[in-house]
Amino acid sequence: MFFNIALYLSLTICIAGVFYKILTWFKLKIGQDALQYSFGERVSFAVKGIFAVLFSSHIFKLIKVLISDIFFQAKILKGKMNVTRISMHFFIFFGFMFLFFMHALGNQVAVLFFPEYIPTLNPFMFLRNLSGLFVISGLIIALYRRKTVSLLKATINFSDKYIVIIIAVIIISGFLLEGVKIISAPVYDQMVEDYAGLEEPDEIKALKLYWSEKFGVVFPVTGKYDSSLFEQGRELHKENCMDCHVQPNYAFISYPIAKIVSFAGNFLNNKRADVWLWYIHILACFIALAYLPFSKLFHIISSPVTLIANGILDKSQIKPANLITLRAVSLDACTHCGTCSLSCSVMPVMQNILNKNILPSEKLISLKAVVSGKNFSNKDFNDFCEGSFICTECYKCTNYCPVGINLQDLWIAAKKDLKEKGVKEPYIQARDSFDSKWSKNLKDKNIVILPDYKTIFKHLNISNQASTFSSCFKCSTCTSSCPVVANYENPIDVLGMVPHQIMHSLALGLGEMILGTQMIWNCTTCYLCQENCPQDVKITDIFYELRNLAQKQISKENINKLQN
Amino acid sequence: MKFALFLGCKIPFYLKEYELSTRAIADALDIQLIDVDFNCCGYSIRNYDFESYILSAARNLALSEQKDLNIITPCMCCFGSFKNAIYFLENNKTLKTKINEILQEENLTWTGKCEVKHILSVLYHDIGLDFIKKQIKEPNKNLKVAASYGCHGLRPSNVLRFDNALSPTIFENLVNITGAQSVSWSKRLDCCGNPLWGKNNSLSLDLMRKKLLSAKKSEADCICSACTYCQIQFDTVQSEEIIEKQDQIPSILFPQLLGLSMGISKKELGINYNKIKIPKIDIA
Repeated sequence: MFFNIALYLSLTICIAGVFYKILTWFKLKIGQDALQYSFGERVSFAVKGIFAVLFSSHIFKLIKVLISDIFFQAKILKGKMNVTRISMHFFIFFGFMFLFFMHALGNQVAVLFFPEYIPTLNPFMFLRNLSGLFVISGLIIALYRRKTVSLLKATINFSDKYIVIIIAVIIISGFLLEGVKIISAPVYDQMVEDYAGLEEPDEIKALKLYWSEKFGVVFPVTGKYDSSLFEQGRELHKENCMDCHVQPNYAFISYPIAKIVSFAGNFLNNKRADVWLWYIHILACFIALAYLPFSKLFHIISSPVTLIANGILDKSQIKPANLITLRAVSLDACTHCGTCSLSCSVMPVMQNILNKNILPSEKLISLKAVVSGKNFSNKDFNDFCEGSFICTECYKCTNYCPVGINLQDLWIAAKKDLKEKGVKEPYIQARDSFDSKWSKNLKDKNIVILPDYKTIFKHLNISNQASTFSSCFKCSTCTSSCPVVANYENPIDVLGMVPHQIMHSLALGLGEMILGTQMIWNCTTCYLCQENCPQDVKITDIFYELRNLAQKQISKENINKLQN
Repeated sequence: MKFALFLGCKIPFYLKEYELSTRAIADALDIQLIDVDFNCCGYSIRNYDFESYILSAARNLALSEQKDLNIITPCMCCFGSFKNAIYFLENNKTLKTKINEILQEENLTWTGKCEVKHILSVLYHDIGLDFIKKQIKEPNKNLKVAASYGCHGLRPSNVLRFDNALSPTIFENLVNITGAQSVSWSKRLDCCGNPLWGKNNSLSLDLMRKKLLSAKKSEADCICSACTYCQIQFDTVQSEEIIEKQDQIPSILFPQLLGLSMGISKKELGINYNKIKIPKIDIA
């Protein structure tokens, strides 16, 4: 009764959840091109796309992807920590699959292939323990991987912890359950009643003796060992039990557990530890099932979709509407394995400015929150924008993703969305913000020296080059060699100041006003000025520093805005 | 000869032809290229945050040191970025300590052992013109080429030491050895405009147009670049922004030019990826 209610309840939640998730694949809009297609159009393109693959030569590619990438998971071999990752996944995947089909669905699936299937016979008993060991080994490797690599340790989240805990609970409770069942007298009594139908007290005693000696069952009262009684027990065992039971030592993990706990056997039997453990085991399984669509476990459904779609067709062959749908699928397909982040081109930037959103694996989580309209603090959104614009679109994350997500496409689409929302990339934001603050002063030649100019200069020496501006003797060689200055008829009107004026202004302590000149922001960094300077003023390097300084000011302003 | 190959962020996705042709000529010239899981050289983040830039560059250098390799890169901006970073690290002890502290988390250290070379330098200094000359099977006859140096590989010369920054000759010499004729053009040392692409497009295009015009005036059949960003500007941006065919001038990557003269197939050199076709090469 309990079992059925729990099963159907969790199965209903699971199916409804999967259905809901699939609906979101067609609803979520990522990228400006996503605005062109309605929900219905996306569904119909997807259906057509699936048929187009099934009834064309692509079907062979599909079979190839199914075998290599989905069954053997060849893509997991890509990227850093590949051996650890593939062994982890191999152990968990094959261990869990065996347990799922040959144990959980034993009476539904296993019997189809093995009509004689009885879980307490070999090879099932042995293989069940082996599979459990596989899963546990996989979990240990997963923990090892997360704990030893600092980047993975730093990015561990609830979902990562949940999946390890729930699987560990299922497997460990399973082993314990099998262990306490081995020693359980109540279970033994029930079985004897159901299958043996012994009535003679002698016979009952004989079989008990045999099972207590050979199978490790712990009975409240054990009589003295008597070899003739034992022989009688053996005969009874042959008649009644042997067809369905092998020696429990084939359960090479559960049996040692049984041996260990048998010192408290009577206590455990009285308390019906087997029943308790059964509840824990079953509940854990049903929780995992019900929560599947909302946890990382959902990747068993979503990841094959991205693997197949991106494995069969390259980006140019996928219909735009399907590309958009695939972006939404990708958000669910990510397993947060961190492979992308381990190889991310701008990962060192994260090490320095400590914004996790620079890493693809973390940015994807934020993107998911942004597009599904989740509550997102301003600070988180700021971090997401910064991370998005720092990305160099190098393609490495896409190349290494074990579930075949086209991450680069996601980042480019997300950046377009941000720009459409009015979010400027940091360079443009800094340029425009200082321009609007100072352009009038620059035009009117109304020079303002703010009292904070000294603190500004304090920051102007990170590269040890900045102080060279004091050697400038205003020969204006820099200005005459500058291709940007040469591009304009009236350069000062357009650029606010020209290079030698900026060097001079620095000497005067003009501070922030310099950051408002277009010269700083339109410098191509061609280094002609610096190369030609007779005084060895590091003009271009100073320009770089001024930009950095402006960015720092803007970041500070952004933070202040958030706090108010 | 063995190097760690540093492709940078743009080549693998946006400029496949550069990777293909670089690997093809390296193979033919017996330069062994080792792939290392590098990160960005720091070029793009330099506008944003100096220390992040230095850390990015230093991590690559440290990775290379760990493998006891020197770096070869086909990109002038990556090359410049590395050389500048090395200069800053060598001249700023506080910076060096701070960067090494962060690198230490991954058991990496920057000591300065790893040298960074641009592919043109390797060809000119390490392989040598004489050796390359012997490999030329199908000289690029009747092809006039405007070699474009690329700012970040040339200046500041006290840091880069690539060639004489005011009158460099390496690139022209290399072009000539392939049988092509390098032309003299006034804008050969100027900026291609790409650093401003996406920031101030009209200025970026102005600067490019000046270069294209100068190359046209010198009657060059094509520009030759040896930098990722120059090539993106001359090929991708030009093909999208300068629509009139008569105003366009194609650009070829140096490894493609050299590869052709060595008899390597166009397919191996990725010529089909070039967006603006080069008549004398595509028809031949």
